[in-house]
Amino acid sequence: MDKDTVLTMRSIDKVFPGVQALKDVDFTLKKGEIHALMGENGAGKSTLIKVLTGVYLKDGGEIRIEGEENPIVNHSPEEAQRNGISTVYQEVNLCPNISVAENIFIGRQPLLPWGAVNWKKMNRMAEKALAKVGLELSVTRALGEYSVAIQQMVAIARAVDVEAKVLILDEPTSSLDDNEVKKLFEVMRSLKADGVAIIFVTHFLEQVYEVCDTITVLRNGELVGAYEIEDLPRVKLVASMLGHEYDDLSEIKSAAAETGEVDETDLVLEAEGLGRSGTIKPFDLKIRKGEVVGLTGLLGSGRSELARLLFCADRPDHGDLQFKKSPLKAHAPIDSIKQGMAFLPEDRKEEGIIADLSVRENLMIALQARTGMFRLLPMAKQMELAKQFIDTLRIKTASTETLVKQLSGGNQQKVILGRWLITNPEFLILDEPTRGIDVGTKAEIQKLIVRLSEEENVTIMFISSEIEEMLRTVDRLCVLCDREKTGELKNSGIGQHDVMTAIAGGV
Amino acid sequence: MKHNENTLVKRITGARLFLPLVALALVLIVNIIKTPTFFNISIQNGVLYGYIIDIINRSSELVILAVGMTLVIATGGIDISVGAVSALAAAVCIRLLGSSYDAYANPMFLCILAGLVAGILCGSFNGFLVAKMRIQAMVATLILFTAGRGIAQLISAREIGGKMVSGQIIYVRMESFKAIGGFLPKVVVPTPVFIAAAVVVLAYLILNRTALGMYIQTVGINSRAGRLVGINSTFIIFLCYAISGMMAALAGIISSSRIYSSDANNIGLNMELDAILAVALGGNNMAGGKFSLAGSVIGALTIQALTTSLYAMGVTADQLPVYKAVVVVIIVSIQSEELKGWIRMVRQQISAGKEAA
Repeated sequence: MDKDTVLTMRSIDKVFPGVQALKDVDFTLKKGEIHALMGENGAGKSTLIKVLTGVYLKDGGEIRIEGEENPIVNHSPEEAQRNGISTVYQEVNLCPNISVAENIFIGRQPLLPWGAVNWKKMNRMAEKALAKVGLELSVTRALGEYSVAIQQMVAIARAVDVEAKVLILDEPTSSLDDNEVKKLFEVMRSLKADGVAIIFVTHFLEQVYEVCDTITVLRNGELVGAYEIEDLPRVKLVASMLGHEYDDLSEIKSAAAETGEVDETDLVLEAEGLGRSGTIKPFDLKIRKGEVVGLTGLLGSGRSELARLLFCADRPDHGDLQFKKSPLKAHAPIDSIKQGMAFLPEDRKEEGIIADLSVRENLMIALQARTGMFRLLPMAKQMELAKQFIDTLRIKTASTETLVKQLSGGNQQKVILGRWLITNPEFLILDEPTRGIDVGTKAEIQKLIVRLSEEENVTIMFISSEIEEMLRTVDRLCVLCDREKTGELKNSGIGQHDVMTAIAGGV
Repeated sequence: MKHNENTLVKRITGARLFLPLVALALVLIVNIIKTPTFFNISIQNGVLYGYIIDIINRSSELVILAVGMTLVIATGGIDISVGAVSALAAAVCIRLLGSSYDAYANPMFLCILAGLVAGILCGSFNGFLVAKMRIQAMVATLILFTAGRGIAQLISAREIGGKMVSGQIIYVRMESFKAIGGFLPKVVVPTPVFIAAAVVVLAYLILNRTALGMYIQTVGINSRAGRLVGINSTFIIFLCYAISGMMAALAGIISSSRIYSSDANNIGLNMELDAILAVALGGNNMAGGKFSLAGSVIGALTIQALTTSLYAMGVTADQLPVYKAVVVVIIVSIQSEELKGWIRMVRQQISAGKEAA
């Protein structure tokens, strides 16, 4: 190992039943650097982190850390910590109802000779640990009294205080506002100056370029490459994350030139300054009847958040929304549904299927909710509709009364799709309808989207991480970056490169 | 041939209500061995008489409570205030009836209605706390669990020696009030049985002829998904607690009619636990979701059968909970997933052993 290398991971393999989560991945971390670990969903970032911190046991490869003769194997996060690897997770995993000092020293409190906690000493030590991250707090107050940002810093102080050589920050900024992020970066820089190596996992490109020195990109469980920040312009980073060759920058047409004015006739939806603080900045959006609009952007760019505001799955806190030429003041999804909206959520398991109900019930529930509680749809009609949609969507199920949880993921997704098609929606929002389902079903869903818009004049909003899929189906693309709608592209003769350029912020 | 038998056996043993029914049968079988006259039914003084009649009659209140409790538990909650609410509603009803020998102070119909409204109000209070304020169901209903009986005692205040003393037993002295917990003229079956049956049938119809049953299950299984398909889970949860409150009131009024008075200290005492147990014995998932009304009714009958048969075997009232607990542990264990898993494992080992041999 080099003198200034603090951690090397070589040929790391990790297999889960049916999936190779990591394949021959190398990772090198130098002393005093901030190293970004990037990749889209399922790229293997979190698996790599978990292998490193001992949450998972690796199936192959070796991990070496500075100061140890032999390769180390971490069996648990505690062991990783003893080996000098500390982690701060996305959700603060401290206890809000005990004091700051207790949180920092939990499990390793300084003791008095007879076994009681030496509170004085602990509080003093806590103040010292916090000073290291530039924080001055009353350490005897409950952690929960402080903001999430401060709690995050306390978590970092705790992680650093256990003499960490390597500090892993797993999406620490996702719940912080701009100022808090700035403060966090200051702390990261001062730790870096002290020689701590930091692995920084984030979805925000802006932040990577602001604070990192090196970037390692993973895709589908494999290493794409490790780059110095100067050598990897944003567009290239996006391309390597999404998995496309991106050789020559100069060949790309200017994406801005492609931004077409929206034809303002026959608008079905108009959003003006619609936004919700903390999830998405105010945006304007106009959608014509029968149009298919795609939302593109990296994970965490605010795609889903935008769609959820339109459906009132989350309530917007400012701005106006007009639907079918009249203001839509929705308080809950039912108000949007009654106006003819439908929404297939991203998280099928948590927000989509009602696992213990039958396929029929899952198909009928949205129409039933719209019809009203006291007007139960007659069983004959339920059976007829259920059978019809099981047929047209080719849902593979033993019967209409099979529990939906017994179906495969793709078929579950079709059930949820069918649930909304039964309501005859005018505006259909599909958030990642093709994620995690087989190729055949994917193609079916894409065809369905095109058919609905062309033959039945349904307006559709389509969100997908796969750019090809979007280009094949949508009329227009809205681009999002760092929780902001940054531009629009008309889908006429544009290629993936244009989209990637737009996602990367046109740089 | 053997294959066919297997599937039939599986169909029967796999049915939802199989285990609850086995539990009930078990209790009854033990009875018939210990008390041969257990199933005898006769007509004395113009009404039906016998252990079985007694069980069905006495279980009426529990059946009614279990209906409300089933709905509340299906939404993922629990209502431990039903016993106290029973006492409160009974106190309201009896107070309004008055204790004269000649006439009611208010029409009986109105008094019963007032009692039911009191129950609905209590249930609504619980529902508001749980659904709207998002307080844990156990904590929210704990409030009326403790305060409800206190309020009932305040309502049951009587002037003794020039001072109002709360918590007195208030008597009704009109014969016609007895009919609710006793017998209607010329009818051989006790009135509570009719009331309980009506409640069960009505609940069944409402749950299955409207979308309420589907909504309640959706809220219990996945309330986030429920919200996105347009279900107002706050209202559904609120409604279930309100219904539970009304059921408690009805049970309380029946109990008070049985004892011909309002006893704030004893009406509905510990009934919340039996109601919860009835739902559990009925094979319902205590975490919410799918529910079976029939299961809860069977559960309620099982508990009453157990109580009555223990009395019949000469167990004293203060010893009763101990014996009951033992039997309940056995019944609940039979139904546990863990035990089913063990049995499956043992079976597999045995069949693997056979194959090896």
